[in-house]
Amino acid sequence: MNLEVKSTEYRRNILKYIYKAKAGHTGGSLSCIDILNVLYNEVLNVSPETFTSPDRDRYIQSKGHCVEALFVVLADKGFFPESDLETLCKYQSHYIGHPTRKVNGVEQNTGALGHGLPMSAGVALAAKMDNRDYRVFTLMGDGELPEGSNWEAALTATHYKLDNLCAIVDLNGLQITGPTKDVCNTEPLDKKFESFGWAVRHVDGNDVVALKEVFDALPFEKEKPSVIIAHTVKGKGVSFMENELKWHHGVPTEEQYKIAMQELSPAP
Amino acid sequence: MGNEILKAPIGVTGAANQDVFSETLQELAATDRNIVVVTSDSRGSGKLVPFGKKYPAQIVEVGIAEQNLVGMAAGLASAGKKVFAVSPACFLTARALEQIKNDVAYSNNPVKLIGISAGVSYGALGSTHHSLHDFAVLRAIHNIRIVVPADSFETIQAVQQVAASEQPYYLRFGKKPMPLLDERGETTFQIGKGRVVRRGSDVAIIANGETVYPALQAARKLSAENGIEATVVSMHTIKPLDEKLLSELAVECKAILTVEEHSVNGGLGEACASWLLKNRYHKPFDILGIPDEYTVTGSQVEILSHYGISEIGIASRVKTLNTLT
Ligand SMILES: Cc1ncc(C[n+]2csc(CCOP(=O)(O)OP(=O)(O)O)c2C)c(N)n1
Repeated sequence: MNLEVKSTEYRRNILKYIYKAKAGHTGGSLSCIDILNVLYNEVLNVSPETFTSPDRDRYIQSKGHCVEALFVVLADKGFFPESDLETLCKYQSHYIGHPTRKVNGVEQNTGALGHGLPMSAGVALAAKMDNRDYRVFTLMGDGELPEGSNWEAALTATHYKLDNLCAIVDLNGLQITGPTKDVCNTEPLDKKFESFGWAVRHVDGNDVVALKEVFDALPFEKEKPSVIIAHTVKGKGVSFMENELKWHHGVPTEEQYKIAMQELSPAP
Repeated sequence: MGNEILKAPIGVTGAANQDVFSETLQELAATDRNIVVVTSDSRGSGKLVPFGKKYPAQIVEVGIAEQNLVGMAAGLASAGKKVFAVSPACFLTARALEQIKNDVAYSNNPVKLIGISAGVSYGALGSTHHSLHDFAVLRAIHNIRIVVPADSFETIQAVQQVAASEQPYYLRFGKKPMPLLDERGETTFQIGKGRVVRRGSDVAIIANGETVYPALQAARKLSAENGIEATVVSMHTIKPLDEKLLSELAVECKAILTVEEHSVNGGLGEACASWLLKNRYHKPFDILGIPDEYTVTGSQVEILSHYGISEIGIASRVKTLNTLT
């Protein structure tokens, strides 16, 4: 199936389950879904069958609050039946508002920001120790970058020459309080990572073709960790949600849900 | 008959304690330009957006960086600012624990740490977002006072008193609207002195924060249905603990139950147990809190009900204790 069609299907499912659960991180799930789409359908060497293999590629979602994006993709890849998502955020369900390893396909429990990169660096270092050639990917929000742990891990990753590690920054420009540049400016981000010894590429993070190209070019430099700065739109795909702060964890009303689903109608 | 000291209106909900906190702080900031709030992308959850609009020069945003939040707060406090560092209790007291221990408590910088959406307020967001460890870790750190108000009266009083104090504090708030425990406008509140909400001579229920109200409801139910009369205490200050009140309760009541929205390990219950045992009060005693297990998933109400931290659950635990007296 065509990747763009998949992205639309995923976006519909994200909204469907957030609407049902009456909870979720809508804007950030819509901004990063194209990245997850390309990762799980084109890049990662992982499937329900290989999930316990020590040689599988790892994906650790540092911006854990956008769990809806991860869950719809994992369901689509067959890690669990999609109908499980009917229980999202319900009493005694393991499908909660952040990734947990109780859900098949989830590598690590996340939700507190700034943990994905250090854990990923650890998994990547283990690959080097064991001479395995799996790769490790982590997805971070631009708002979570001020957590110091990220920069500690950025140093370690360079020190150990972790070219099997790839961080993706979902640069949607917004967090909860406001635009990321007004809350705590991290620009110029590429220069920061470069000075920490990383190989950096920019990409349109909502363009599946461009994403595939950039992932195909990994590692960008031998013996250096790679970071992809993915320029995205928070709320991407639904006109009234795009670049709107309130959709960080906004839940659509029935009316809004209908309009959003119309906008996300599958291509004829 | 039990003696109702404070009249909590049944079924009437007031404001959430963390909302009352931000309103009170705004009032204080109007006359004290030295008050500074520090946030870590948390002003929305802390209901501090109006504060930021009104006093833009008195709010400092550090971004999503709780360690930096507490370190900066300590620095600001050392230079004479009256600092309130506001962040979800889970991140504030776990991520930034070393900054709390060294930069605030050990260095004696009088920061007021404000943990919002505490306990299991965040419900289905899961364990990363729950703070069931904060009493335990902070109790083990010297030079920080731990205050957990139950309603808006206690919240206003606590915020005013800590603002006037030159010592480090941790204040813990939930986000559920809480009924006012006293409709008649009580005026006495003192940090370090437990607040007796109801008197009865059979069992003492010692609770804090959002668990005081269900404890009071349970006491009424026990009185009406089982003839068991319970004293209910809002032990808003865990440290320093009101030892005088504890010894009075140990003498007056036949059994003691503690209730908290925290792990059963290291919180209010164990603080009371330790003091009572060391002082040779041997009574039927139990701790009601979140057990040491993978926390059940669900909303705050579902999690609390699951573990019996509810009117029905507390009443049933009291009945069991009462059979041992
Ligand atoms: C350590 C930590 N601090 C605070 C939070 C609360 N929080 C959840 S999402 C969020 C904003 C995240 O912004 P960003 O990383 O830009 O994510 P996105 O915009 O992609 O959703 C915050 C502050 C958290 N989950 N973890």
